Amino acid sequence: MMVFMRMIGALLLVAALAACGSEKAAEAFFEPENAASDMRARLMTGEQYTAAVAYVFGEDVAASVVAPMPPTARIGGLTASGAAGVGVSPDQLQQVQISAALIAAKVVDEEHRTYLIPCEPENPYASDDECARAFLSSAGRLWFRRPLSETSLDRYVEAAAYGADMLEDFYDGLALALEGMLASPEALYIIDGADVGLGEAEIVPLDAYSLASRLSFFLWNAPPDDGLLNAAQSGALSDPVQRAAIVDRMIESPRLEEGMRAFFDDMLHFDEFDTLAKDPSVYPALTGQTLADAREQTLRTIMHELIVEEGDYRDLFTTRDTFMSLDLAPVYGTPAKKGWHPHTFPEDGLRRGIISHVSFLAAHAHPARSSATLRGKEMRDIFLCQVVPDPPPNVDFSNLEEPDPSIKTARGRLRIHNENPSCAGCHKLMDPVGLAMENFDGGGQFRETEDGAELDTSGDLDGVTYTDMRGLAEALRNHPSLPGCFVERLYAYATGGPMGGRRDWPVTEYLEAEFTDSDYRLKALLKTIAMSDAFSRVRNPVKPADAVVASLAD
Amino acid sequence: MHRRQVLRGMMGGGAISVGLPVLECFLNDTGSAYANGAPLPMRFGNWTWGLGMNAGAFVPKKTGKDFDLPPEIEMLAPIQKHINLFTNFDVFKDAAPNICHHTGWVILRSGEAPQTRATLPGETIDVTISKKIGGRTRFNNLVANATGDVRDSFSYANGSTVNPPLYSPTRLYQTLFGEGFQDPNAPTFEPDPRVMVRKSVLSAVMDDTKSLMGKVGAEDKRRLDQYFTGLRDLERRLDLQMTKPEPIAACSVPGEPEDLPTGLDADLVSKRHRIMTDLMLTAVACDQVRVFNMFYAAAFSATVRPGYDKPHHTATHEEPVDEGLGFQPNVSWFTKRAMEEWLYFVQAMEKIPEGDGTMLDNVLVYASTDQSFAKLHAIDGIPMFTAGSAQGQVKTGLHIDGGGTQGTRLGYTCMKVFGLENQSWGTQSNNTSKEIGEIIA
Repeated sequence: MMVFMRMIGALLLVAALAACGSEKAAEAFFEPENAASDMRARLMTGEQYTAAVAYVFGEDVAASVVAPMPPTARIGGLTASGAAGVGVSPDQLQQVQISAALIAAKVVDEEHRTYLIPCEPENPYASDDECARAFLSSAGRLWFRRPLSETSLDRYVEAAAYGADMLEDFYDGLALALEGMLASPEALYIIDGADVGLGEAEIVPLDAYSLASRLSFFLWNAPPDDGLLNAAQSGALSDPVQRAAIVDRMIESPRLEEGMRAFFDDMLHFDEFDTLAKDPSVYPALTGQTLADAREQTLRTIMHELIVEEGDYRDLFTTRDTFMSLDLAPVYGTPAKKGWHPHTFPEDGLRRGIISHVSFLAAHAHPARSSATLRGKEMRDIFLCQVVPDPPPNVDFSNLEEPDPSIKTARGRLRIHNENPSCAGCHKLMDPVGLAMENFDGGGQFRETEDGAELDTSGDLDGVTYTDMRGLAEALRNHPSLPGCFVERLYAYATGGPMGGRRDWPVTEYLEAEFTDSDYRLKALLKTIAMSDAFSRVRNPVKPADAVVASLAD
Repeated sequence: MHRRQVLRGMMGGGAISVGLPVLECFLNDTGSAYANGAPLPMRFGNWTWGLGMNAGAFVPKKTGKDFDLPPEIEMLAPIQKHINLFTNFDVFKDAAPNICHHTGWVILRSGEAPQTRATLPGETIDVTISKKIGGRTRFNNLVANATGDVRDSFSYANGSTVNPPLYSPTRLYQTLFGEGFQDPNAPTFEPDPRVMVRKSVLSAVMDDTKSLMGKVGAEDKRRLDQYFTGLRDLERRLDLQMTKPEPIAACSVPGEPEDLPTGLDADLVSKRHRIMTDLMLTAVACDQVRVFNMFYAAAFSATVRPGYDKPHHTATHEEPVDEGLGFQPNVSWFTKRAMEEWLYFVQAMEKIPEGDGTMLDNVLVYASTDQSFAKLHAIDGIPMFTAGSAQGQVKTGLHIDGGGTQGTRLGYTCMKVFGLENQSWGTQSNNTSKEIGEIIA
């Protein structure tokens, strides 16, 4: 159990709040003095790579290649965190080079060069260092997320000149130099940098460009734009007041939705949809398009509730408001028009919140039937950060075989788990949750009965009882672990890697307190994280004492 | 002299056109080597299936030659003479837990028992052998799966680096025969002058980024160092592109395949597996790669039998053993589907002529799975296969009973066949220095 870190003696800022026109008095919370996050070199994800190419060279160039990044393991609930530990094999690097060549060729082709390259060479059949420098300097600054040093720029300009002279074509030479930039580890790894050397202090501030990258990948899932790089260069990002204004601008930007879609897609395990398929003989309505729309429906709902309406995060689990598409409508048993339209689940129906969406119900089920166990396990893992362990390998499965065919419902079939001591511990956590969702089949479609039998959807979630999906949704909304879990996920995502365990708890407890105080508003939490010391400072991976020893050894 | 001038002189400022011999002249008189005397290459293949077997319907009663073929492997009769079946070999978890559907394959492919599910294998056997034989071709090691899921791989360079699989026919095709492919049988050879420049640029990238190593912690340094190793390997590959490839009769460049929808319906998986097998083996025949991996199913195989409500993995745990048959009928259906694909894989190699024989004469393929009896998550008696005679080094057509010895012996035997010099392989109880002598010719 974490130590609750609300600061004792927190100040009542009544006067300040009154000035803001609020009648509510709030506590002030203080971030721990030694707050910092881990210093990392994380590989860009495929989405980030595509976003970077799109920003620097245009959407059409980005769309012409498949991002050559390897898949990452889901760590601490996020595949984004896996990027902090993933390596690149030689064969994967070959894919990186091939993509780089395709992108570079497109950038310099006759169509794109006219607006992507800011100058024309004096002679298109020979090198032109001045023009090459102008392009490589501006493109390199955006691609590397910081200005190139003169030495680096000279290297790339020389490469372009060498290529141009060899191939007797300025643009071919420029493309080859650009290829090099596109395959550089300095660009593909998002490396936390500091202005002080390794081993000089235990906690160090990120340099301004690294902070710009952190902000940008966190809020936009894309590299910093020109304005943010300018802010890094001018020192504005290092000034708390100016930084706050910049963070506000980023949060109010339309690009926030792109960033938050990436986060929620990851948090909700929506990568499952990349390979999800349902047995068409059992669920003919669940086509590939339907499943794609199911993913989109939930993301649209979240964006609307949290970013447009600036609602309470917890209400995502009880809201009846959503969006509907033509392909999705038959699964929900409702008429719909072409395109996406706002939709409200009927008040007398059982659907409440995003766990009653097809995206959750279908993704966490089998291809041809529902799974109370999977649904219960995933709900606890995704939203409450409660990891249910694997079944013991030596469990006697002979008791779990296909039971008496007279048992029609999942509850009946799962009863055996709860009677078996080696299974019961975990299944009692998962099954009561999942059984409340049994009014929805493996495709997420409503059903009154299963195989003609009445369904008992009652249960309890950590002591809160309910009789059906609506009650489960309410219990989840009010679960004490719900906000803290969300904070942990978002903090890990923001800082580019998995939580550092006990070292990060004081920070996330501070963030949770602020989140609670904001009535669980996403934008407020984003700003709190982005302005925190933990976000802008890192733990030096080489401790000063170790550096001294290494120095003496040298 | 400035390097630009040096290289310009090397290239002569233009492309080279080289006439090549006709196809009939591809091989020497004995058919054992290319026309220039270079021996036909030896290759190492890997194939995996999921969720083991029903021993009663899988394990032959007879060992040695002419072993019987129980129901789950009866379809292998046409290739029996080209394969070996290994049963009653064990993997040992020692003090580590038995991590369901993970421990078995990790030990068989890396020699070491994982401590947790999050523990990725260290270097897998394909990578180990590719370090010995893979560095002479365009790809070191080719990895593909038939599940359509980029996350399903059994190939790891180390504990943090997966070799991501190519998971769709079009992706595999584009990788193998798209940008950078040089048809060895093309009538002319024109080295692309860009390749030389590209190599020089990579060198500049490395020079430019070496300082990064001093700015990161030890773990990140290791990953960056791996990246630099990859860049150096890219330079090697670029050198290959500057060299005229030897013509290869068996190299017949295929057309681009149709792409397939996602999903794990057994028929769809089979179709995906067969298209991708053909593409992969064509790349092997064209000497684009000498270590190759085809993963038919993931460890938690979720292949679906149309109309049956349980995917393969669920069925292994929930379907009762039919007392009359002595095994689980639906689970057995899934295993048979996997074995039909193993049959396809081996026959596809048999259909590719090489020298006086077929590709099977020049390969050793190691096939493994994650469990023996998946219902109980059993890892004792885990079955394995090999295919191919490895240029006469390996006897085939045998059923070997391991007598409860380490399954890692087969991986170790493969290493010895490929000339690796390690004295043993595996850790703790999985450590072995004993080859499976029965199959050594």
